[in-house]
Amino acid sequence: MSLTELWIILGCAAVTLLSRVLPFVFVKQLQMPEWLLSFLTFVPITIMTALTCQGLFIAHPGHLATVNWENLWAAIPATIAGILTKSLLAVVVVGIAAMACLRYFGL
Amino acid sequence: MDSSLTFRSGIKDVLPTVFGYIGVGLAFGIVAHTSHLGLWMVAGLSFIVYAGSAQFIITSMLLAQDPITSIILSTFLVNSRMILMSTSLAQYFRHESLTRNILLGSLVTDETFALAMNKQNHTAGKLSFAWQSAANLIAYLVWGVATLVGAYLGGLIKNPDQFGFDFALTAMFIGLVYLQLISDRKLGVRLQLLVMAFVALIYYFAIGLISENMALLVATAAGCLFGMEMKKCR
Repeated sequence: MSLTELWIILGCAAVTLLSRVLPFVFVKQLQMPEWLLSFLTFVPITIMTALTCQGLFIAHPGHLATVNWENLWAAIPATIAGILTKSLLAVVVVGIAAMACLRYFGL
Repeated sequence: MDSSLTFRSGIKDVLPTVFGYIGVGLAFGIVAHTSHLGLWMVAGLSFIVYAGSAQFIITSMLLAQDPITSIILSTFLVNSRMILMSTSLAQYFRHESLTRNILLGSLVTDETFALAMNKQNHTAGKLSFAWQSAANLIAYLVWGVATLVGAYLGGLIKNPDQFGFDFALTAMFIGLVYLQLISDRKLGVRLQLLVMAFVALIYYFAIGLISENMALLVATAAGCLFGMEMKKCR
């Protein structure tokens, strides 16, 4: 590992760790205002939706995004598995299997 | 998922997400290998920085010989969503000691955060240090080992995508968002569906204008504000 790489690891680790840990320290010490608590109740559903969208859209900077059809097709059986089983494991396994099938048959 | 909050049930609950970590971890290792990163650098990135998607960005910026400061700044921007997630998650651990809060906070990820939010729907809004630590530690170890295995095998596997593992991450988020949707009784299904549609719309238009990571933040924050307004209207 070069010295540059060492600095990158230390610097990136520091900013990442602070982003993760400082909120825990502040929340422990301070009483959050009501509006912030209300705002935070929506963080789980919004961030998970945005992260899912990241897998379903393809960005083209300067132009409208397009749909990642391959992922969208695999998402359908995965979602159905979730509705039927309510099991995270089933969603992931069916999703991976669906994608492997799509690629195998070259759909 | 049940209402048990022991260390053991933490391990059981985190196992389904492990597939996502293995798939993406192997992929990262392979990318790192083809970008000529050494095993020590891969280990440093995975075990010390521990930043999932940011590790891919660091690798590509290293390859492009970008300056250290811009690599660190990009890492901060990509990971700034951690601030939102940690602030949300920390609400559940205010009664724990500061040391325990710092320990829990240091290993928060998208997946363990989402898992915890799902879990608290089954435990009347409670989480425990033992449960969260189990989820955090398993995720951390599996990620680190998977990236090293990927880097080690890098030259052998020509096309890891053919097994569909690259879809594991998206599949995991689909599962997590669906479970969140059906089990968050405080917000209810209708309001959440409305917020989800709004977030998807904002994200779709935003990625044409700004980077995907900034779009993620903008869509999340806009979705929260939209949700707050809609909740007032009810």
